[in-house]
Amino acid sequence: MRNISSLLVGLLFGFGLILSGMANPAKVLGFLDLAGHWDPSLAFVMIGAIALASIGFFASRRAGKPLLDQTKHLPAKKKIDVQLIVGSAIFGVGWGIAGFCPGPAVVAAGAAKTAAVIFLAAMLAGMLAFKLLDARRSIEPNSSAR
Amino acid sequence: MIVDWANFTPIKSLAGGAMIGLSAALFMLLNGRIAGISGILGGLLTAGGWRDGWRVSFVAGLLGAPVLYVLITPLPPIVVQTRAPLLILGGLLVGFGTRAASGCTSGHGVCGISRGSVRSGVATLTFMVAGFGTVFAIRHLWGS
Repeated sequence: MRNISSLLVGLLFGFGLILSGMANPAKVLGFLDLAGHWDPSLAFVMIGAIALASIGFFASRRAGKPLLDQTKHLPAKKKIDVQLIVGSAIFGVGWGIAGFCPGPAVVAAGAAKTAAVIFLAAMLAGMLAFKLLDARRSIEPNSSAR
Repeated sequence: MIVDWANFTPIKSLAGGAMIGLSAALFMLLNGRIAGISGILGGLLTAGGWRDGWRVSFVAGLLGAPVLYVLITPLPPIVVQTRAPLLILGGLLVGFGTRAASGCTSGHGVCGISRGSVRSGVATLTFMVAGFGTVFAIRHLWGS
């Protein structure tokens, strides 16, 4: 059941990315280009998404347990640290270069867009690079990580 | 600032955004999980991560979305003007950065903010500012 709900939720998420224009890098870059011909559409994506998701998270706090699992899987990290800021800044630079963030890259790759497949491959390599670096850092004896 | 009215799609973007938000809401209510794409993908890259059925299913849903979408209505254009070397650089930075920050536009921007997480708010503000700054540098400082 959990896998079926994941599949359907993933599909709906993908439909939303396509309909909203998020899956089109030209549109994303049009939004990020404040000094050029600015396309404010993506602000509306965020408004629509946050409105519905907020209701969902509120309802889930009320409900306690999720319907299909024993427990919720919420992020443990609460601290605002250098890694969060630097990581987000690096992500933002990459987003501004290509106009793809992770979700839209997967969706556009599903549409057999060659550029998206290239981007997605590089993105997975970048994720792997962080994982290797992170594993190495936590082995170091003086590491304060975690 | 000049608004690009020709490409402005408030209704479609709001409706698409609502679908994204509904999907994030359902994922929390049903599976008890955050619909954060970089986290879902990152987990697949760990040893045995591909055995997490829910991760594989979610990604299959994202990949299948455009395939089913065209059965209902034509796919809107996906226009990529960035050349391959810069696409690769962008991909590497997005992959590395989102894992370092434990989240991207969906995990921090949509889910985190909707949960009232200050950490996600800070992350979102940071990548937005970096995105605006990068496009400004490419299009208006180096550019044409």
